[in-house]
Amino acid sequence: MTNPNNATITTVHRAEFTASDALKIPTLRILQDDGSLYDGATAPELDKDTALKMYDTMVFIRVLDERMLAAQRQGRISFYMQCLGEEATTVGSAAALSDQDMIMAQYREQGALRYRGFTLEQFMNQLFSNEKDLGKGRQMPVHYGSNAINYMTISSPLGTQIPQASGYAYAQKLRGLDALTLCYFGEGAASEGDFHAGLNMAAVHKAPVLFFCRNNGYAISTPANEQFVGDGIACRAVGYGMKAIRVDGADILAVYQATKMARDYALKHNEPILLESMAYRLGAHSSSDDPSGYRSKEEEALWRKNDPIARFKAWLLKQGWLDEAADNAKTEQLRTDILDALKVAEKVAKPGIEHLISDVYAEPIPALQQQLDELKAHIHKYPDAYPITAGRLD
Amino acid sequence: MAKMNMLQAINNALDLAMAKDDGVVCFGEDVGHFGGVFRATSKLQEKYGKARCFNTPLTEQGIAGFANGMAAQGMKPVAEIQFADYIFPAFDQIVNETAKFRYRSGNEFNVGGLVFRTPYGGGIAGGHYHSQSPEAYFAHTPGLKIVVPRDPYQAKGLLLASIACPDPVIFFEPKKLYRASVGEVPEDYYELPIGKAEVLQQGKDVTVLAWGAQMEIVQKAVEMAAEQGVSCEVIDLRSILPWDADTVAASVKKTGRLVINHEAPLTGGFAGEIAATIQKMCFLHLESPIERVCGLDTPYPLALEKEYVADHLKTFEAIMRSVNF
Repeated sequence: MTNPNNATITTVHRAEFTASDALKIPTLRILQDDGSLYDGATAPELDKDTALKMYDTMVFIRVLDERMLAAQRQGRISFYMQCLGEEATTVGSAAALSDQDMIMAQYREQGALRYRGFTLEQFMNQLFSNEKDLGKGRQMPVHYGSNAINYMTISSPLGTQIPQASGYAYAQKLRGLDALTLCYFGEGAASEGDFHAGLNMAAVHKAPVLFFCRNNGYAISTPANEQFVGDGIACRAVGYGMKAIRVDGADILAVYQATKMARDYALKHNEPILLESMAYRLGAHSSSDDPSGYRSKEEEALWRKNDPIARFKAWLLKQGWLDEAADNAKTEQLRTDILDALKVAEKVAKPGIEHLISDVYAEPIPALQQQLDELKAHIHKYPDAYPITAGRLD
Repeated sequence: MAKMNMLQAINNALDLAMAKDDGVVCFGEDVGHFGGVFRATSKLQEKYGKARCFNTPLTEQGIAGFANGMAAQGMKPVAEIQFADYIFPAFDQIVNETAKFRYRSGNEFNVGGLVFRTPYGGGIAGGHYHSQSPEAYFAHTPGLKIVVPRDPYQAKGLLLASIACPDPVIFFEPKKLYRASVGEVPEDYYELPIGKAEVLQQGKDVTVLAWGAQMEIVQKAVEMAAEQGVSCEVIDLRSILPWDADTVAASVKKTGRLVINHEAPLTGGFAGEIAATIQKMCFLHLESPIERVCGLDTPYPLALEKEYVADHLKTFEAIMRSVNF
């Protein structure tokens, strides 16, 4: 008999619901707080250089976050988003990829971006929207992107990258590339229609995507228990006919191992996989947000002890791969470097007026050119009102 | 040359584009084996395989998002939205993503080569969910190009140009003309320019402007006016964004009068934009107010479709009002 419903028919003769919690998804933990492994756990294969690069990346973004949040408070940049508490989630997953894999992020994944090689100067140029910013000063701070390192430019609307990742990965498959797409999103963004659309498209068309949910407990102020009722996000994957794995997001070894395994599987079988990383957004949603209005200091204190960097550091020390004194000196140096880079970037000029109309189309359409010409004439007339561009008009 | 209807011309264009570039991929609801509900993608799956011509789940936002991703990777997705009335779930992907992809990334990424094909417009007893003309929503979105062909020859050349275009294009197909419009179409590859209006008939008294399926409506009105001794200049705008203001202005400077016709409702319709621009460019040449002949400001009706549409009689009346002002 054919199966028009595309569903397994297991016949029963007594009416009975399938329980809403029938599916139990376990959480992978490898590394304990003291740097030792859980019984029965094995560390992923990780050479010293890679491990130290991962650690350095985590430290880099933590220091960058501290410094830039302060810069925002000082009024030097307009906006900032830190990833405090989620460093292992993004760095551990990015480290498990090939450089050819596309990363499509949401906005709080500077760890992955830095791991890919985004330079301190590039961070600063974007944050100050100056003329050296790859994005030409068009997007608010933290909307990074770089073609050279396969990191798709961030878009503010939530979840839009999810079906795009499915299409991107489908194209990678069609081109026969040995590469896939990793798509980050939060548990809040998973409520968007694009989540459903993207996962279903990827599953049906067998696109090699790693859908990577950063379940960090909050969507701005809305706690996860007001966002959905089911068991996290991972259980949804099964509904799309997709494999899933859940990891402790503060455990970089678990994140790395799970992502590596998922990558191998997805590429081999041309299938999407969903990973869910359980973490806690220790900082505010953004510099415009104040968590004291929706969660307690006690709750935050509890999670502060669950520090992904401290945990990984304990493991590295146990391996004998890290020298604490040298590490501290390095971090101090990093603070200086970041401040120096900040001072340089904030003095770099803003993009020229031609970038008001460039890149809207590959070539400006006639109406745009005309609007720019009229604008230039206007600025010539009132130069004091437009100090950024008035002195640089042709 | 071969005789083709508009569907055959579109199908032929897709066939040529897919043969020319293996990055061209066609997909949408029922687009695969079945060839689309209107059969525009007929036989393409057979010819180019399931990987390059396929059905998608029923998710317009998914289709649009998927297309954005494919185009960002460098392929040329030609995504079908089964009816323009159903494009709105994809509005965010098109308006916030497709349109801004190049701009927001500083040209690090782009979705050039992406074409959304979608049947639009009335005249098929489709009521308000199978008849809409939503071009004005998209015309308000910098970064998109919007093309509307009037006949098979135009459809093929403009679709091939859209696929080759470095910017994303929404290609609105007048579904009323899919089978009704038949004409001579070259069998070889050719492109027609996007952003160039075409003067179909020279005239001296009044300029009559439309696009897509309305071209044959205005032609009828123009013939009626000719019997009254009125000489009309007829222009097919062909693309709404960018639109060829220079050609229209040159014509209006000659005739001193302009009648704009479109299917979509009057308020906020693209005729308003044209009227505003042309009155500025041609103020001292205008002999009468610019006339707009459009749909009523209601949802598209079913039983009273004839009364609602911007038909040839309403257009004729507008032409006469304009010349007799």
